[in-house]
Amino acid sequence: MNLDYEMLLLRFGEITVKGKNRSRFEKAALSHVKSLLRAFPGTEAIHEYGRIYVRLNGQAADPVISSLKNIFGLTSISPVKVSPSKLEDIVEIAVDFIKSIPADKYNTFKVHGRRVFKGFPHSSQELNHLVGGPVLSACPHLKVDVHHPDLELRVEVRERVTYLFCEVIPAAGGFPLGTNGKAMMLLSGGIDSPVAGYSAMRRGLEIECVHFHSYPYTSKKAEEKVLELAQVLSGFSGRIKVHLVPFTDIQTSLAKTGQDNLIITLMRRSMLRIATKLAEKNGALALVTGDSLGQVASQTLASMNVIGKVTDLPLLRPLVMMDKEDIISMAKKIGTYDISILPYEDCCTLFVPKSPATNPNLRIVEHIEKELTELDQMIEAAVENTESVIIKPHVIIRKNQKDEPEVVQEHWF
Amino acid sequence: MKYMDHAATTPPHPEVARTIAEVMSLHYGNPSSLHILGEQSEQLLKKAREVCAGVLQVKPSEIIITSGASESNNAAIKGAALQFMNRGKHLITTAIEHPSVYECCKQLESLGWNVTYLSVNHEGTVTPEQVCAAVQDDTVLVSVMHVNNETGSINPVQEIGKQLKLQHPRVLFHVDGVQGFGKLPLSLQASGIDMYSLSAHKFRGPKGIGLLYVREGIKLQPLLAGGSQEGGRRAGTENIPYIVGMAKALRLAKEGQAQIAERLRHLRKVLIDGIADIPKLVLNSPPDGAPHIIHFSCPGMKAEAMLHMLEEDGFLVSTRSACSSKKSEPSRILLAMGKSVEEASSGIRVSLGEEHTEQDIQQFLAALQSAVTRQEDLKGRG
Repeated sequence: MNLDYEMLLLRFGEITVKGKNRSRFEKAALSHVKSLLRAFPGTEAIHEYGRIYVRLNGQAADPVISSLKNIFGLTSISPVKVSPSKLEDIVEIAVDFIKSIPADKYNTFKVHGRRVFKGFPHSSQELNHLVGGPVLSACPHLKVDVHHPDLELRVEVRERVTYLFCEVIPAAGGFPLGTNGKAMMLLSGGIDSPVAGYSAMRRGLEIECVHFHSYPYTSKKAEEKVLELAQVLSGFSGRIKVHLVPFTDIQTSLAKTGQDNLIITLMRRSMLRIATKLAEKNGALALVTGDSLGQVASQTLASMNVIGKVTDLPLLRPLVMMDKEDIISMAKKIGTYDISILPYEDCCTLFVPKSPATNPNLRIVEHIEKELTELDQMIEAAVENTESVIIKPHVIIRKNQKDEPEVVQEHWF
Repeated sequence: MKYMDHAATTPPHPEVARTIAEVMSLHYGNPSSLHILGEQSEQLLKKAREVCAGVLQVKPSEIIITSGASESNNAAIKGAALQFMNRGKHLITTAIEHPSVYECCKQLESLGWNVTYLSVNHEGTVTPEQVCAAVQDDTVLVSVMHVNNETGSINPVQEIGKQLKLQHPRVLFHVDGVQGFGKLPLSLQASGIDMYSLSAHKFRGPKGIGLLYVREGIKLQPLLAGGSQEGGRRAGTENIPYIVGMAKALRLAKEGQAQIAERLRHLRKVLIDGIADIPKLVLNSPPDGAPHIIHFSCPGMKAEAMLHMLEEDGFLVSTRSACSSKKSEPSRILLAMGKSVEEASSGIRVSLGEEHTEQDIQQFLAALQSAVTRQEDLKGRG
């Protein structure tokens, strides 16, 4: 539909039932809306009980909607035509509105009037007829169906202005950003972990990412790929922190133990230990992984049990019961799939044994780790040497950089 | 000297030239290399693609970088023709396309495809109805240029795209946008355009670089097979300095479009009014054509001699389009618009840029008047 809308109506979802916390949730969503609206000069957000209105002030509705529909905590968005609260104006705009919708798209419609301002001389019921009648005679291809209309024109009469809308565009849902605390997420570079991250963020978690690299066994490209994935995720949150952990020493000394079939188990345990320490340092109260039950050897129930033993933080696995196809289609939807399938080796695919243990023995694993007396020290060193990178949708900020000039110099573009 | 041949190529923007020089000496790494220099080049490539996509309001993955519009046009038309042979082997284009579209279609014709060349009206344009009426069951592609490079005629590509997609959603729509970009606004999303060709040197970027927008979901047979650059859609080591330069030129052209177009429209009007005052000349450009191109014929006079007379006075213009000007036969475009052979053989194209002033136009008109007088004198004597 190509119409000049004056406003957008943004609705909240399940947070409206959250008692006293509601205002905190709504505030979080509102500030997220405002931060995204900065890209659209002139627009303004107005918070009203249970809703947010966005005045477009001349901006086209479509780009604003496609930006706002990624906001967590919003269930739907409707572009709104605004009319003065006079019956003849309302009818005229309603008729133009419906006429502007391509005739082949809808066959039946109904008007759903709501008189919010009781001083308006016509009741909600009367409105349905008073608006529906002229629409019907102006659009002979439409029939009225009050039960299952293809198109429902909502007319909300307020004291000064009346809102008309019929499109309801689903938004991301979930909880507003960060309203459920912070978690540390293990980001590998595969298909699953970014989806897990998105699911966690959608549920109101603030996410920091941990990535383990075994440079020079893994390439710089693998690291770039992970930062790129985080950048896609930052599009949903505005910014995201990524901790890049040097894992080469730990990985090589684990490999040297000769316990080929247990190496993945051992690696994953060390990774969780490091992630736990990073979580404590950064005030995160849980770990998030992309595990999906039974997908690979380290994600069998037995493996999860042995691996998960090393942390006392809640281990959140948003994808645990999902099928791979569903994960893939979600990865495509959020825009991480094409990056995830780039063929760079990460440290989990390095030194992969022919037959990794699907049922590792906890006692054997613990025994091997005990023999590795320097393991604790190496884990401390890895945490110590972790590089933290701030990622925003359009920029990656790396600390600890030498005085080298920026590679991508803005004045070139 | 006044360079009035912008439709042939434009003077590179000084900032673009500086960017290219800097990037060329610093970032010579191959983006496919795994080391730091390669990785840096890849970062620049990524950023440049994002900038181009941002300007065109499309996704970065929808942009294929090419060597220019000739390649983009060939890649779009041949790529679609080869990819969708199972749907049919019929293409639709117009009689006034650039040679890189026209000859490409001729080549496909010789290989067994059928091509409909839509005739144009006296203003050199086709209508949406005409395009839709030409669609057959086996039509796979429609290719229509936005702005004609000889006369500046503007095809209603947005309307064509909309109507085509409404009536024949499966038929692909390619637009050669070379002469329109930076001069006229065009929305790729709202117009049913599936593929769109651009060349950097027509908007003050470097030569030898261009791009093809291919809407997400459309797979083309690659014109150049080889390495996996451009997502396997166009092989060949990327020319990073030129790609960065193109991104900059594209952004500058888009940002300045409205202002430059307004200026040029005014200059064009002055020029057209002046030409109307010289009785021997015939204006070929439609009055509401693209703001930078003015085309006229000097029936009975030698266009090439006219060009050199103007050159002596310091004005560089074209006879016909640069890609065809070495040929001596009459212009295919003007003949298609219903002009006589004499008119079609004596065309002069003036194409303006942002550096020109009204004074330049007045001086040009004086030079033109004098050239016409000199040629008439010669005829009188002979």
